[in-house]
Amino acid sequence: MTTPKLYWEDFPVGETVEFGSKHVTKEEILEFARAFDPQPFHLDEEAAKQSILGGLCASGWHSCAMLMRMMFDGYIHEAASLGAPGVDEVRWKKPVYVDDTLRARRTCLESRASKSRPEMGLTKFRTEMLNQKDEVVMTMEGWAMYGRRHPGARTET
Amino acid sequence: MPWFEDIKIGARTDLGRHTFTADDIIAFATKYDPQYFHVDAEAAKRGPFGTLTASGWHTTATWMKLMIASRQGREEPLDADGNRPPAGGPSPGFLEMKWPTPVRAGDTISYSTEVIEKIDMRSRPGWGIVRSRNTGVNQNGETVLSFIGQGLIQRRVPKDT
Repeated sequence: MTTPKLYWEDFPVGETVEFGSKHVTKEEILEFARAFDPQPFHLDEEAAKQSILGGLCASGWHSCAMLMRMMFDGYIHEAASLGAPGVDEVRWKKPVYVDDTLRARRTCLESRASKSRPEMGLTKFRTEMLNQKDEVVMTMEGWAMYGRRHPGARTET
Repeated sequence: MPWFEDIKIGARTDLGRHTFTADDIIAFATKYDPQYFHVDAEAAKRGPFGTLTASGWHTTATWMKLMIASRQGREEPLDADGNRPPAGGPSPGFLEMKWPTPVRAGDTISYSTEVIEKIDMRSRPGWGIVRSRNTGVNQNGETVLSFIGQGLIQRRVPKDT
């Protein structure tokens, strides 16, 4: 745990930030699928070609996990993160295939101070994950909790 | 999977239990979610949950693991026409994921799924979307996971559009 650089106040509503670069290997896809999602289109190239997905592709849960890692490396590692209560919605819009290179783009949609915990603020992001063809492969919307630089400061809304 | 037509709203399946060890929690989080309260048991004591906790994505991926295991445990019989019912299809995404209580090392989570809605697909007459309410509950009866999952399931007979 290092001293944070980013607090709740540092995520202004309307700001869009791009981050991350993740090359997806076949070995990673197979490793995650064997552990958590052993369906043919995540495990077997021939079966995947015959399936509605058209080729070997990552589990959607693996995509979530890869985006989480990009978010960590992109900003959460230096933020006063207090976790997340959940995720409002995820859409898996296109398959993530072997050798795709992914990046992410977050937009801050809403921000509010916690009423019950004056040291905490909540921020709602819409985060898109894109591939090397600039196709949006996944979108995620939800709230995350951050420590405030100025706990309990009065906020105007 | 059963055919889309044969899936009944309200059908509930217990998916079994999983016990999370500290090693499992740290191994998953080291790869995918290395926030200190998921990877460092000492530092986590001073963190937001006061102890090491599993990444919400780990809690959720384990639901998927048990979901697939439960399907493999019950091979669908041939239907009345002698056809093998379909394999599960992909998912367009999920809604309302909530992690109301964190999963701690040593917790045993009981997972379940319940069909709540069936939706026709105009764009794909051979398929339908099944929505389910999926949950995980710990040994104290506290909900640690709740979300609405969605899956594409093949129809026995394509829908007239």
